[in-house]
Amino acid sequence: MNETAEMVLEHHKDYTGAKLGMWLFLLTEILLFGGMFILYAAYRYHHPAEFHQAAEELNRIIGALNTLILLTSSLTMALSISAIQKGHRKLSTYFLIATILLGFLFLVNKYIEWSGKFQHGIYPNSPELLARSQGEILFYGLYYAMTGFHGLHVLAGILLLNVMLYLVMTGTIHKGDFILLENSGLYWHLVDIIWIFLFPLFYLIT
Amino acid sequence: MEHSEARFHISYYGVYILVWLALVILTGITVFVAGLNVGHLTVLAALFIAALKSTLVLSYFMHLKYERGGFHILIPLVLVTLAIFLGLTFSDVAFR
Repeated sequence: MNETAEMVLEHHKDYTGAKLGMWLFLLTEILLFGGMFILYAAYRYHHPAEFHQAAEELNRIIGALNTLILLTSSLTMALSISAIQKGHRKLSTYFLIATILLGFLFLVNKYIEWSGKFQHGIYPNSPELLARSQGEILFYGLYYAMTGFHGLHVLAGILLLNVMLYLVMTGTIHKGDFILLENSGLYWHLVDIIWIFLFPLFYLIT
Repeated sequence: MEHSEARFHISYYGVYILVWLALVILTGITVFVAGLNVGHLTVLAALFIAALKSTLVLSYFMHLKYERGGFHILIPLVLVTLAIFLGLTFSDVAFR
């Protein structure tokens, strides 16, 4: 490969391709969670009363609070991208830090919620849970699997955004090249959307 | 630099804040409706509002409103796929 070809390769950035790649990944994520939602629908169809009963034990206030936290983190994420597009690096950094902190707060709430349930002896395969009806066992199985999977995604998002924060601070991500931040934002918003469905299906529909 | 700016829409901060406000209000409505106890409608209402909120996030936060090209068909594509799987699952579950 001669030198000019190498230079062209180095400077060529396919933004549309990068974004499309991210979207294709997000589609597989939707299918992953979609499969679990279908499972939820099928089991709920068979055990409506038990699902109703089990859902009433979940803490609505923590659920609603976490919804507000994630929605606000989506706002700060979007604002962070807008700021870098306008060349306001400092502001972008602040919004990104806010997003990371809100994501962390979400996980803290999740921890409090889960440990509360654990203390009541309700966790997968616990004797307390196994003594209950089939529908309630299924409900809590789905609850732990789906909110757990979602929590892992929030954790991955936080790690990703920390890398992005570093890249923004060092100037690798800037006004002229912010596709990495844009794609990380897409991921973060998708995690938000999944929670938008998890919240009513587990906490509200009783 | 010019190229990238032409390809990305730069949203106003105010637009995002309005979208966020709408999302918060819709969350409040979901919680309120869930307390009404209207039977099967509760599920439908919750799913409808969740779909509405997702549309807002997809359109504004995820910039689908401003995308050109094939980006618009991606979400419908995955939703149709899921609907097919849901239909197949329930054709088994419901008539067993």
